[in-house]
Order: sequence, then C-alpha cells, then structure tokens
Amino acid sequence: MTRVTLRDLCAVRSGDKGDIADVSLFADDVAAYDAIRQSVTASVVADHFAGLVDGRVERYEAANVLALKFVMHGALGGGAPRSLRADNLGKTLGASLLRLEIDVPADVAAGAKRGGRAPLPWR
Amino acid sequence: MASVRIGGGQGFYGDGIEPVADVLAAGVDFLVCEALAELTLAILAKDRQRDEAAGFTRDLPLYVGAALPFIVDGRTRFVTNAGGINPVAAGRAVMRSLRASGATGVKVATIVGDDLRGHAAALELPDDTIFAAAYLGARPIVDALDGGADIVVTGRVVDAALFLACLVHTYGWSWDDWDRLAAGVVVGHLLECSGQVTGGNYSGPWWENSNPLRPGFPIAEVDADGSAVITKPPETGGRVTFDTVRQQLLYEVHDPRAYLSPDVTADFTSLTVDDLGGDRVRVSGTRGAPAPATYKALVGRPAGWASEARFTYSWPDAEAKARAAVAFVRGRAEAAGVSIDEWREEYFGVNAFGGPTVDLATATEPPEVTGRLAWRAASAEEAGKVGRGSGVLGLSGPPMIAGMGRGGGAKPTQLLSVDALAVDRALVDAQIRIEIEES
Repeated sequence: MTRVTLRDLCAVRSGDKGDIADVSLFADDVAAYDAIRQSVTASVVADHFAGLVDGRVERYEAANVLALKFVMHGALGGGAPRSLRADNLGKTLGASLLRLEIDVPADVAAGAKRGGRAPLPWR
Repeated sequence: MASVRIGGGQGFYGDGIEPVADVLAAGVDFLVCEALAELTLAILAKDRQRDEAAGFTRDLPLYVGAALPFIVDGRTRFVTNAGGINPVAAGRAVMRSLRASGATGVKVATIVGDDLRGHAAALELPDDTIFAAAYLGARPIVDALDGGADIVVTGRVVDAALFLACLVHTYGWSWDDWDRLAAGVVVGHLLECSGQVTGGNYSGPWWENSNPLRPGFPIAEVDADGSAVITKPPETGGRVTFDTVRQQLLYEVHDPRAYLSPDVTADFTSLTVDDLGGDRVRVSGTRGAPAPATYKALVGRPAGWASEARFTYSWPDAEAKARAAVAFVRGRAEAAGVSIDEWREEYFGVNAFGGPTVDLATATEPPEVTGRLAWRAASAEEAGKVGRGSGVLGLSGPPMIAGMGRGGGAKPTQLLSVDALAVDRALVDAQIRIEIEES
C-alpha cells in the first residue's frame, strides 16, 4: 500500500442545502474508485472534519460516474443566510476533503492523474 | 423530429449576461434562466420587506432584452423563475420592458401559487415568517407553454422543472412516463447552474480551459426518448467533458439514487455518461420512479443581525498582528458590555502582496494574514456598536496593516434562518394560477 493525498487522486465539488454541505469525490478509473470506496468511509470523513462539521456524515455511491457523495449535516454554521462564515456556502469544504491522506494499492497511487498544478507567474 | 435545443442562460441572481448572446446565436428553442438559490429567497425577502413591489431578481429585464429579438422572431421561447417571491411584479416588469422596446404580440405568462403565507395557520408557520414558498413542479409551466406563452415567469419552482417543462411541452411526455420525466430532470439539473457544467468551478486542470475570458454557457440537444447531448456554443471558452458533466450531475443532490422533485423521483446512478469528444457529452438511460407525496417548501425567519471587520497585516508576524487586531475589537466590545450572541474569527492569507519577493516553497509562515471577526446580535443597533472606533488600529495598532476592508463602518446585515417543510400537494395545487398577457 502507498499513502496518497486525495488531492492527487480525485476531483471534488461541494454545494449546500440549508445547513448541509454536499461534497462529491470523483475517481478516474475503477481501481481508484474501489480504493476510495474502501478507504474514504463516512466515519473517516466525519473524523477528518471533526470540529468543522457538527452533525452526522452520510455516504452514497454513484458507481456509474465513479463517485462517492458525502452529505455532512451541521456543516455551515446554521445555513448560508444565517451563517457568520466567510464561506457560508461551504464551497471550500471539498478542498478540505482533498487534504485527506489514505493508503491505496501501489498501482492506484502510480496511476493517480490529479497531480497537475496551476502555473504561477513568479515561481 | 429533430432534437429540441435548450440553453442554460443563467445559474444564479447576478450571473453573467454576455454568455447568453452566444447561446442565442448558436440557436436554441428555449432559453431557460434559473435565478433562485436557497440564499436568493432570503435576499429577495429582504427586498420585499423594504418595498412591496420588489422581491424578484432585478436583472430579469437584462435577460429578456438579450433574448427579445429571438423571441419576437419566434425562434426562442424564454422560461425563468426570476419572479422570486413576487412573480406578479416580475411579470409586470417584463411587460414594461416589452412595451418600452416596442415589441408587440409577445405573450407573457406569470405563474403564482408557490407563496404559502396565506396558509400560515394550517401550516403552523411562525409569526415572524418573512417568506414561505413551496417548490412547484413543471406542470404549470407546461400549461403556460401549451397556452402559447413566449415568456414564462415563475416564482419558486424546482430548478430542473424549468427545463423539464420545455421537454414535456415539446414531446408531450405523459406525467407517468417516469423514465422520460427523470431524463428531463437530469437535463435540467445539468444546465441549471450555467457554466458549472461547461468548465466553471471545475475540479481538474481548470487552467487549461480554452478562452477563459469568454465563458460558454451550456446547450442541451434532447431527443424524444430523453437522452441528451450536453454541449456549448462554438468559439466559447471552457470545456464539456465526462469530468465536467459528472461533477455537475452530483452537485447538491444528496442521495443520487433518489433525486426528488414534484414531478418524478430520478435515479442519477442509473444513467450513462459518454464523452463524444469535441465538447459533446451524451447522457442516456436515466430511470425514474413516482414523485414524493408532498411538496418541499422553504420558510424564512429573522435570525439576528450580523456585521464584520477585517484587518490584513504583512509579514513579519502577520498572523499574530491579525489576531491582536481581532482581540482588540472583540475585547473592547466585551469590556463595554455589548450583547453579542455569536462571534466568529477567521484568519486567511495567500500571497496577495509580496509577488516575486516571496518564496512560498521555503516560507515557514504565511506572507500575510487577514483576520476576520464577525458577530451576531439581536438588533442592528447592537451589532453596529462593535466595530466603531477600530479605525484607530490604522495608526495605533500592530505594524504594516494592509487594509481593513469595510472596517468597523460596515452596516449590519440581517440574518435569516431558513427551514424546509413538507406541504400537502392539494393545498398548493388549489392556489396555482397562470395569467397570460399579450404585449
């Protein structure tokens, strides 16, 4: 097994409904999907967000698009129109999920396709 | 029959208007403008509190204006939920725009019935309810289109229903043809956030998107069986790929096996997404099941007043300085006995000021940090007391302050709590009305 950061393995998109953050995690092939399905459980995600998300975390699978969906309750400080957070819509919570490190089979780590980085002019 | 073409012209109140011209020029049978997020209803409710004739999204005439030559020619029909919490006023605004531009013979339908405030007792709405709106389905929009409307203005309806209605009207799908209705919901869900399916908010190599100065909004080519190709106008920027389409497919849907709407329950895990190349992605095979027994509604109530102050400091010790500034404002308010119900402190920083002088690879502390302090109080007056006097930090606080944003002078903003509610369908259906007026 090899340790990878989800940033290098997956894409993500987050949205909101009331005080619920809704985060989808996308793999690029079946092997990577199986790996995240094994490792990125609802309880792993709940632990990862402990202190930021107050309520329960539910996970759904969408194998047809190689994706996992995490529905996180009590995640937005009361919901967008009520929240004091700068990110009241929880758009950055997906990025926070990408910071999670998991162990995956070596071939999945070697096949990770999300390692590209946006270019910056002065670096 | 050739496939019907639907354009996604708007994804929220405040979205871009320029991409609509490209969608219209590419040719669409329907232009659908989706203007209402959950947060938008709260914004519009505050508008209506100030002015009974307000409460719809004020950029509506812009979109109508862009589409008008195509509407007048009979090339394109226009469907929008820009009516917000005051569709009647929105319908009037559209009629005014049409008259001002001399467009005659254009039929405008206004759909009301989502407002639940008339049933406050039956629904046990709280006394301080500011808005209460049910998410209507596609049926009244289909009725309006069947009635010959060129422009349809609604209030709160399910976003995807705006698109589904165009398909039911065109193809005459039956209201128990669950698979086709579900396919229509999928098309609507993919298009309702405008550029978010065509390379916007893209988690992937977004920096490789073509022509970022000219974002392309989506077009769906939908066949009679509900299968669709998602694409965008030629020459526009962004991209349409398997990756961009699946990211939007699952956006905000919770359980993807059962995406609920008043018209159908759609199974988003049943469909197939095929990347055809050339910014064309085919979506097919969607399965559906009967709709839930109730409508979903949102109820908004006052939830206090908020304001905030920001202080940005340069290296060195940027975070410590920002924390000192926040502690100064907060400590003084607490010492003065200001009654604050909730505080929130945030410290964020990226390399906004140092440019090439900063080597982030070897930096051991952030180049700058913005400290943000927000608070909630029961009244605007109380919330307004906190930031006063924090301008003194400019010359008398920690060194190298780079900006204070709106500082302590920001006017408090009213907060609202919004709760979901299940509502008996018969109660809502009985009050749905469609008015069609000709310019």
